[in-house]
Amino acid sequence: MNEDRALKNPLLEWRLYVGRISFAAAVVLILAGVIVWRYFNLQVTRHEDFATQADNNRIQLRAVAPARGLISDRNGVLLADNRPGFTLSVVIERTGGVEQLLARIDALIGLQEAEIERFHKLAAHRRPHEAIPLRNSLSEQEQSVLAVNEHLLPGMEISARLVRHYPLSAAMAHVVGYTGRISEHELKKIEPGRYHGVHTIGKTGLEKHYEEALLGEVGYEYIETNAHGRVMRVLERTDPVPGKNLRLFLDIRLQEIAMAALGEEKGAVVALETETGGVLALASAPSFDPNLFVTGISHEEYNALIHSPDRPLFDRALRGQYPPGSTVKPVFGLAALDSGVINTDYWIYDPGFYQLKNDKRKYRDWKRGGHGSRIDLYQAIVQSCDTFFYDVGYKLGIDKLNHYGGLFGLGHTTGIDLPGEASGVMPSAEWKQGAMGVIWYPGDTVNASIGQGFVLATPLQLALLSARLATRGEVWSPRVVMPSDAVVADIHRQQISLSGAHWQTVDRAMRGVVHDQRGTASRAVTKLDYTMAGKTGTAQVVGIKQDERYDASKLGKLQLDHALFIAYAPAERPRIAVAVLVENGEHGSSTAAPVARKVIDAYLNLYPERKIEDIAARG
Amino acid sequence: MAEFDRQLKEHGGAIYGRQRRWFVPRIDYMLLFLLLLLMATGLFVLYSASGRQLGYVYRQAFYMGVGVVAMLAVAQIPTRMLDRWAFVLYFSGLALLVAVIFFGVGAKGAQRWLDLGVFRFQPSEILKVAVPLMLSSYLGKRLLPPRFKYVVGALLMMALPAVMVGLQPDLGTALLIFAAGTFVLFLSGLSARYLLGALAAGLAAVPVFWFYLLRDYQKSRILTLLNPESDKLGAGWNIIQSTTAIGAGGLTGKGWLSGTQSQLDFLPESHTDFVIAVLSEEFGLAGVLFLLLLYLAIVGWGIYISLRAQSMFGRLLAGSITLTFFVYVFVNMGMVSGILPVVGVPLPMVSYGGTAMVTLLLGFGMLMAVSTEERRIAQ
Repeated sequence: MNEDRALKNPLLEWRLYVGRISFAAAVVLILAGVIVWRYFNLQVTRHEDFATQADNNRIQLRAVAPARGLISDRNGVLLADNRPGFTLSVVIERTGGVEQLLARIDALIGLQEAEIERFHKLAAHRRPHEAIPLRNSLSEQEQSVLAVNEHLLPGMEISARLVRHYPLSAAMAHVVGYTGRISEHELKKIEPGRYHGVHTIGKTGLEKHYEEALLGEVGYEYIETNAHGRVMRVLERTDPVPGKNLRLFLDIRLQEIAMAALGEEKGAVVALETETGGVLALASAPSFDPNLFVTGISHEEYNALIHSPDRPLFDRALRGQYPPGSTVKPVFGLAALDSGVINTDYWIYDPGFYQLKNDKRKYRDWKRGGHGSRIDLYQAIVQSCDTFFYDVGYKLGIDKLNHYGGLFGLGHTTGIDLPGEASGVMPSAEWKQGAMGVIWYPGDTVNASIGQGFVLATPLQLALLSARLATRGEVWSPRVVMPSDAVVADIHRQQISLSGAHWQTVDRAMRGVVHDQRGTASRAVTKLDYTMAGKTGTAQVVGIKQDERYDASKLGKLQLDHALFIAYAPAERPRIAVAVLVENGEHGSSTAAPVARKVIDAYLNLYPERKIEDIAARG
Repeated sequence: MAEFDRQLKEHGGAIYGRQRRWFVPRIDYMLLFLLLLLMATGLFVLYSASGRQLGYVYRQAFYMGVGVVAMLAVAQIPTRMLDRWAFVLYFSGLALLVAVIFFGVGAKGAQRWLDLGVFRFQPSEILKVAVPLMLSSYLGKRLLPPRFKYVVGALLMMALPAVMVGLQPDLGTALLIFAAGTFVLFLSGLSARYLLGALAAGLAAVPVFWFYLLRDYQKSRILTLLNPESDKLGAGWNIIQSTTAIGAGGLTGKGWLSGTQSQLDFLPESHTDFVIAVLSEEFGLAGVLFLLLLYLAIVGWGIYISLRAQSMFGRLLAGSITLTFFVYVFVNMGMVSGILPVVGVPLPMVSYGGTAMVTLLLGFGMLMAVSTEERRIAQ
């Protein structure tokens, strides 16, 4: 060490150091140059790219779902509205362990296997800090339980959105329908741009038919988010346009009276307002709670509905096809008059059955022993004489029956503004050949002439048939929704042109059904303070063999005849036309007619002449 | 005699330096000014980078105050004393490093801290100062360029703490310790043969490091550097977000407190190691150049100080401290902009963190001591 110190040459060391530090300084400058080059490259050369990327980072386009249009009855009673609902989701980055959080939530509100599975599936493909939905429909109670324990549940998020709600529940379920989560099948059909941020779509009823109008237009907003996906502010917003509101012709009071009148029975009531073509009531019983479907129905509940023998999900008014039975007699009576097969003086003797020439088979009248002598068209309708119509129908032939039945809507969909209506069947020779591959037999004509055999009609079709009788041939499609700016009216009225005298004849006979002491409905419908025209009907559920008697006591409830009744009132100037079906109700007179009467009573009460004109003026 | 009195008045400080009546603090005002300017810039950026939390700014300012006082205190120590007592600091530092192994506490899987009850303390920080001090003292006494045995001795002196720190593991600090030692060796005139040999040995050691010594997270940092997109949401996230922030700043930046990358939390560790990205986004290339020039001015001034040093010890100490300071700057700015792997090296005087700040200022205190040491009249 001393030796070193002794030998040290300060000048040499100084030079050595200067050389080294100069070299180092040069390296420093070069490295500084590298830094400058790098930052210049990022900040000037590639500035645009990075500026865009930074904006993409923070700015997101988010769809704002429009509020779905409301649906109300003709007096403004809400049938479908939107209520705030709560979605539970989890931001995994903010939790202190997902499994732990899920376990805690499970302990509080109980999670299902499927929910957890779906959550993990979604979580596997998430963006960082994205909120993963865990449950879409929190009940108010669940929401409050979670809110109270929020401090124990880091990473949990509860967000509000609008959920469809049906305040009247079952009473309107078949008409209004319901919305539900957009299925994959529907996803292929919709225009995706219109459904950004919208998670539900009309599945049935008006919700489906008026989906376009109810949906509204999606709004958009540019939002600035931080790295955790939390919204910091809204930069720009295009407001959504709410869906159009629908106002119905339907009066919820009539609907509820109809549902109540059906009571425990399975059946349907359709009431049409003849002046407007509007549907006043469209009831199908039993029904269901449509609110179950909105946020996703559970398997158990769905199975219960699907497998119920009463088929509550089935809309009997639109889709139920029943033999119309005697309710078609007024139509075939008109057909016979119009085509000159008979006139009002024509009468028959009814021995209680009808036979074709060269055929032993007896076509029985419902009344064993027959209606006796001098049964003309009036009596045939009032007493619902089958034998008379067997005869008349056979004389007309199936082509004429088909033609006139078609004029009154049999075999055709009505064109109502609801999805899925059935067309029923008004048979013809070609139809039978096509559908069954069998030729038409004369006996088929005989059966068809009293609305049996192959003839099928929906309660809605029968109400429309009744309305066409009431209006003496006005042809229009029934409408559930009042025309407004949301809905363009497409009722063009046509006319079935028949002689006024014929209309009068049939009208008089139908009044007789209710008011003549021999009328089939005269004992069931009494003490009316207005004139009602109607026709009873009975539709066979099981075929009765030759020489066998229909004996209700031997048949189970499900094999009993269906009871039918069509009516319009007041007969002098009809304003309401009704059809009632009661499944296995046996006789149109005893079970179906009182239901129709309750609805008509209520309507005429609620809407005395003057008031209806007010509504027509407003509509 | 009158001539002597006049001389006395003019050069009194020099002639009677140690008998002055009034204590005149030894301060390098140029260095002090540059450092204060840097610290002011740092606080200004930190306010934005911390998300406008004044708490961070106050705490940082407090540490700066402590650091400046420490720096000025160290500056008063005569260089001869530094030279003489260097080994004490060095060996106490080593002892504390050993203590960390047995009594240390850890955070994030690394055992670096000693808990002294009142505050936590990171012995590896001492070594950042102690290693260049020790080596300068050791080599300054030798005949230069140093002979082989002294080179080996010096290498052992720097390798021992560097490896210990590296195994904690704290790659950034180990790198800085190693760099500081290497600079002393280089400045002492180590012949080019050794340097090239070391470089070759270093390259040969890469596979050894890769397969036996580097931890997984360190490997992933290096792999991420090569291809940040390979792991966008994990290790690559930091680099993608920081380069985006830098690039988005452009020439003049988005303005103070207006950088979306940092204000909206896209940028990780924005107030510590990645603070330069905040400055880049909010003040653009202009801000980066300003800061870089400030750093270069300090480096330049440090080199100037080293050239004025009266002894080889002073030169080596001043030179290595200055160059190490630049290594901080280069490594930090390089890693944040994505040309170097992410190692935990803060941006000196700007990144939030008290320990590193105080250590740096202690180093500058030594630099100041060298700067203000008594000049021999005859030079």
